[in-house]
Amino acid sequence: MAIAVVLVLLVIGSLIFHFASPWWFTPIASNWSTMDDTVILTFWVTGVVFIAVNLFLAWVVWKYRHRKGHKAKYDPENKKLEWWLTIVTSIGVAAMLAPGLFVWGKFVNVPEDAAIVEVVGQQWHWNFRFPGDDGEFGHSDATLITPENPFGLDPDDPRGSDDVLVASPELRLPVDQPVKVLLRSKDVLHNFTVTQFRVKMDLVPGMITHMWLTPTVPGSYEILCEELCGMGHFAMRGRVVVTPREEFETWLAALPTFGATQALAAADPAAGAGLYAVCTACHGASGEGNPALNAPRLAGQQAWYIRRQLDAFRDGRRGAKEGDVYGAQMRAFAAMVQDDTSARNLAAHLEGLAAPQPQATVAGDVDRGRRLYANCANCHGHQGEGIWALNAPRLAHMSDWYLVRQLQNFQHGVRGTDAGDYYGWQMATFADALKDERSINDVVAYINTLDPEPVRTARKD
Amino acid sequence: MAYVAIADRDAPIHDPHTFIEKYIWSQDHKVIAIQYSIVAIFVGLVALVLSGLMRLQLGFPDSFHFVDPNQYYQFITMHGMIMVIYLLTALFLGGFGNFLIPLMCGSRDMVFPYMNMLSFWVYLLAVIVLLASFFVQGGPTGAGWTLYPPQAVLPGTPGAGLGIILMLVSLGIFIVAFTMGGLNYVTTVLQARCRGMTLMRMPLSVWGIFVATILGLLAFPALFVSAIMMTLDGTLGTSFFMPALSSMGQAPEHDGGSPLLFQHLFWFFGHPEVYIVALPAFGIVSDLLATHARKNIFGYRMMVWAILAIGGLSFVVWAHHMYVSGMNPYFGFFFATTTLIIAVPTAIKVYNWVLTLWKGDIHLTVPMLFAIGFIFTFVHGGLTGLFLGNVTVDLPLSDTYFVVGHFHMVMGVSPVLVVFGAIYHWYPKLTGRMWDDRLGRIHFWLTFLGTYAIYLPMHYLGILGVPRRYYALGETEFLPQSVHTVNAAITIAALVVAASVVIFLYNMIVSLWRGEKSPPNPWKATTLEWQTPDTPAKHGNWGPRLPEVHRWAYDYSVPGAPDDFIPQNVPVDSRYATGTGHHG
Repeated sequence: MAIAVVLVLLVIGSLIFHFASPWWFTPIASNWSTMDDTVILTFWVTGVVFIAVNLFLAWVVWKYRHRKGHKAKYDPENKKLEWWLTIVTSIGVAAMLAPGLFVWGKFVNVPEDAAIVEVVGQQWHWNFRFPGDDGEFGHSDATLITPENPFGLDPDDPRGSDDVLVASPELRLPVDQPVKVLLRSKDVLHNFTVTQFRVKMDLVPGMITHMWLTPTVPGSYEILCEELCGMGHFAMRGRVVVTPREEFETWLAALPTFGATQALAAADPAAGAGLYAVCTACHGASGEGNPALNAPRLAGQQAWYIRRQLDAFRDGRRGAKEGDVYGAQMRAFAAMVQDDTSARNLAAHLEGLAAPQPQATVAGDVDRGRRLYANCANCHGHQGEGIWALNAPRLAHMSDWYLVRQLQNFQHGVRGTDAGDYYGWQMATFADALKDERSINDVVAYINTLDPEPVRTARKD
Repeated sequence: MAYVAIADRDAPIHDPHTFIEKYIWSQDHKVIAIQYSIVAIFVGLVALVLSGLMRLQLGFPDSFHFVDPNQYYQFITMHGMIMVIYLLTALFLGGFGNFLIPLMCGSRDMVFPYMNMLSFWVYLLAVIVLLASFFVQGGPTGAGWTLYPPQAVLPGTPGAGLGIILMLVSLGIFIVAFTMGGLNYVTTVLQARCRGMTLMRMPLSVWGIFVATILGLLAFPALFVSAIMMTLDGTLGTSFFMPALSSMGQAPEHDGGSPLLFQHLFWFFGHPEVYIVALPAFGIVSDLLATHARKNIFGYRMMVWAILAIGGLSFVVWAHHMYVSGMNPYFGFFFATTTLIIAVPTAIKVYNWVLTLWKGDIHLTVPMLFAIGFIFTFVHGGLTGLFLGNVTVDLPLSDTYFVVGHFHMVMGVSPVLVVFGAIYHWYPKLTGRMWDDRLGRIHFWLTFLGTYAIYLPMHYLGILGVPRRYYALGETEFLPQSVHTVNAAITIAALVVAASVVIFLYNMIVSLWRGEKSPPNPWKATTLEWQTPDTPAKHGNWGPRLPEVHRWAYDYSVPGAPDDFIPQNVPVDSRYATGTGHHG
């Protein structure tokens, strides 16, 4: 008896939940509203079946429940009824399948006037490439990837030199322009998903996959990775900004071409040494850092990271947040670095400075720290040496008190909250996995035991 | 089919005397069934605990420092693989298959009892190897239960060293165990049925297990070869599934392999695997419904053909798991069509279950409650499958919580409800005792309502776009605060359901001693296992004489008959016999 009542209540409850729940499609921002239509059609067909079957079930359970003297009817089969049900079911299935295939027919045929853009995925970042003036992409190959050529483009392919590189997780697209999205992965499977666009597709190393869409609503949309790609999967985010065409063109024109990035002169550490003189007051003559002045060690830190942080300080993505006293201080000094060349030289100088094991100032449970650090090692390396490919700076032999403070900053929203600071945002997401002060101390205490030098030396060979 | 004399051998093939021969190194299918079931349920409890840990993280992401990202991915991987392979497949085939096939077919034992015994011990070895990966450097693999390369064997994924190798080795061992058991089940069904037990008189439980085993024998080899190939990729540096790539800024020495090849092989196994779990559940629930409704199964022949049709079709739908994998999008047309066609025989089964209850005499026993609960959850899970099978509809929903909700309803909750119902149903035959009815009902309500509270909201989170396999959602602009609130609520429901399993285990264990003695056929069922001379059935099952079958398995409430059931081994009586006429 109770089960019959409960079945009815579950049907009613499910319907109420369906209509009252606050969770439904995000407002669509692409041409694929027909996909939403097929979902809604499927809801109608399956909803009717769900209600009909379960209410009938409930009625049957109630009506034919055991009572004294009641006997079941011997009723082995009823061909007519079975055929009738089969036919009705087949019609219902066809009613869902046909529109679905019709829309799929549109999806598999990319319009001829579609622009092209390449999405490049890697653990756990997004980059993008536009074909440049010639409208064609240069050849790419995963084995060509180096710190100087992170996109792995073939320098000998003339089609590639005008390719425009977006070395950031933010992509811009012009509104109302159909675009064929070519998808390439450097390492493992990923999936390019913008929920508001509805369509999504995996990135598969070794092949180029694709999909197409027309962004229809200007705005800013998050990119999520939706194919499990390792520990950092949940933090592999990016952004698509859909803008009017003129705005898009301006943005695109300011980006470097592959040719331009290859033509950059090598950084000059000697010139950097001269520039560094100003910094020594706080960071120390050999970049050893000074806790009394809240100045972290810089010696041995990877050049790409120092450059990125200088940029962030200069344009306010870092240090501008209320509560970041020391960051604000650094902003004033960073402004003194005149241009990119200076920043590159300065960073090259610092990377070359020796970084012996510093005095430990943080104590914690090293064994527990080791277990926690297994997560961090995925990006920062097993010896805390830092891995450029993952945008993860060196941690070992750096100032431990500074690591603690930055982890706290990440957790408390002091760092990594600026809309343009994707890498900081990602680190803030990971930092949340350290759920208390003790965990921070433990993991930093373990980092104090690491020795990055052998790894660094091996990598250089 | 011509009768084969193998079942008639009076002398048992094996004749145990010592305790070890009887209960440990045993060749008796009933003992092996219990061994299989205990190990499967044990390892399933491990997977249940893992899911609880995951839910703690998802519901309360800032509170439990014992779940870090690496562990979270290890937990989802092990939870999924254990539940699908080491619990459900092992329990339905190794457990129920072993127990029911000889008893329901009127055989003395499996045809190859020694191999049957080995099957269990090899399965145990597979479980040990699997669990060993929790204790090796780097821990178990966190590649997701689908184990997709390249990430499964590359740094960045937890357990990419030893963990994944142990997983692959364990799967290989499991498949060896399954093959030894599976050949037994198929051969026993085909060759060792007692006199009169034609194929079209077999109970649907046997049909479901039989066809599922055939699916397994055809599908597991695809997993077996892919496990070997990935092991070679991970250890010897071959490149079956590994293209040239750049991992962590370094270029490993791989070139020319195809990650998609693995996905095709995996799902060529993986989709039939869904039915390896579902078909035994379909069969068993049919028998529970018929027995407790005192009514013949409606449309028996259609039910058998539906099982065969679903089994056959299950081999041509695999790529519906790969609509967004980057395979040629034109495949979508074919696989969406085959997938939606499979809905037709599946729907017929649902109709026939409900029509079996129609005009029945429904005893709302605990097994019956689970069977009715199954119909509800399976209808729900089956219908959401129509979303995901239809390629266009799948695109927005793929890789979201809609998928998580769907597959848990259809191949998590539904088969598990049948498992529980079946255990309650056959427990008196297995142990000679009855469980506590009140605890059984509490267990049912907590499980049935609790699981719906877990999975219904997940579908809607998926429509909103909440991605699956996220350790933490963090700040995602399009997700309102209510998503985090409902995640906490789901976690609480999950903990309640997990607690209800404790009630179930308590009931099953304590009733071994305290349960009332059960009559040999407490449900007044028609099938042969209830007609054994001893309860619990003794070694050899049938005493001196094998049973002889005279009618189909569903002669309930035959007009004119004195009782509302006629066991299969009761000779035809011209006054009211209807059982052989329609279905001989």
